[in-house]
Amino acid sequence: MVQTVIEMMSHTFIQRAVLVGSLVSLCAALLGVTLVLKRYSMIGDGLSHVGFGVLTIATALGATSPLYIAIPIVAISAIVLLKTGNNGKIKSDSSIALISSSALAAGVAVTSITTGMNTDVCNFMFGSILAMNEGDVYLSLVISIIVTILFIIYYRKLFLVTFDENFAIASGLKAKRYTSLIAVLTALVIVIGMRMMGVMLISSIIIFPALTSMLVFKSYKKVVISSAIISVISFLIGIYLSYLYNISTGATIVLVNLTIFVLFYIIEKIKNY
Amino acid sequence: MNLIQIKDLSFDYPTKKETLKHINIDVNQGTFTCIVGENGSGKSTLVKCILGLNKGYTGEIIKPERVGYLPQKSDIQSNFPASIEEVVMSGTIGNNINSIFYKKEDKENAKKIMQELEIYNIRKKCFADLSGGQQQRVLIARALCATKKIIILDEPTNGLDPTIAIQIYKLLDTLKKNDNITILMVSHDVERALKYADNVIELVNGEISFSGKPSDYKIGGDN
Repeated sequence: MVQTVIEMMSHTFIQRAVLVGSLVSLCAALLGVTLVLKRYSMIGDGLSHVGFGVLTIATALGATSPLYIAIPIVAISAIVLLKTGNNGKIKSDSSIALISSSALAAGVAVTSITTGMNTDVCNFMFGSILAMNEGDVYLSLVISIIVTILFIIYYRKLFLVTFDENFAIASGLKAKRYTSLIAVLTALVIVIGMRMMGVMLISSIIIFPALTSMLVFKSYKKVVISSAIISVISFLIGIYLSYLYNISTGATIVLVNLTIFVLFYIIEKIKNY
Repeated sequence: MNLIQIKDLSFDYPTKKETLKHINIDVNQGTFTCIVGENGSGKSTLVKCILGLNKGYTGEIIKPERVGYLPQKSDIQSNFPASIEEVVMSGTIGNNINSIFYKKEDKENAKKIMQELEIYNIRKKCFADLSGGQQQRVLIARALCATKKIIILDEPTNGLDPTIAIQIYKLLDTLKKNDNITILMVSHDVERALKYADNVIELVNGEISFSGKPSDYKIGGDN
């Protein structure tokens, strides 16, 4: 095993993937706890579809750094998703379905007209470990550090807004501002993570670690710490197995997350038996 | 001394006209005021206006900067993974809004309140695993962490066993008597409210139909 890891880590693209993937997994898990508890789990899925639409259109139009175009657009979409979900006429799940399918359709339509459904599009859909270039690594590094620092700074307030929004407002907190912050940070993590994980799979690294931790731990702090650990470990095991058996990295990471979830579920059942 | 003054308050929801009509209320320091009324009479809407959760009302609300609040049970997620200590400590956030971590004095204050409410020894337990009565104790402790001047409670005994409900009323009564805490409570549990409250305000269709001493209030009668 050690020999395989040494061999694996001798490749530059794997070094990049391990660095970016670990950071993205950590950030996704931190944000995931709030998103799951606030019942915004599917926002990750919706935003990844928007990300797909923007990235494919930008690539088709010849943009050299499509990530820089995708980041602001997906961040704005995150705010729009929240606003439309709160306006009473269109419910949150419906607005996510509307925006995500429209963005996906736009991406596929533009790609069909221009470059056609090539390997790049396939990589966006299911992820590719080869997709990260040096610029992407630096951008991911900066975004991950920003997300982690902001999460630590606003940890207490995010807890209160998630647990009881009315009490948070009565305490003088601008609750909507923190919900928007979470949505924008999620958008950033989605965009930097989707190239490796894929549009179809990225939301799982947001949801699985939080759900798994909630099965066993009963305090918010423990759930957050456990989610972060589970997420990074799942990623590392996933990328190792993916290299060893030549399976899609994104899919392997999701399956590792699923396995850990099932294990925690069994442990919880045995504990309560 | 008036701690809360409400002058000619009216409020409409976008879909419903005149939810609250020309409300005038004075709440004195160290008193237990209970707002009673049928479902849909505007009790919770009034509380939300006082707390600043409902915007766009007309009239004036004068209140202290910090107010402790206990929401309706349905506003709290029943399976939320949080320890009692985490929930109680979150009540102090409004006192040091720009601070990243909890301050030492906030931790000591929360410890004192948890000891007073007899929940300190179970502080590591999960909030979701507690009984309804214990959860209300925890939420009262959280409200007291925000301020020891006034707490506003929205249907705190809803869904509780009658014995537990009486314990909650007694706890509120003790807090009022021992710590001079002002209590403003919304309830449809009129009988018990009359026993413990100093003042009763009845709302009917968004208007005050009675305001005075419990001894002057007639249950189900023409007030």
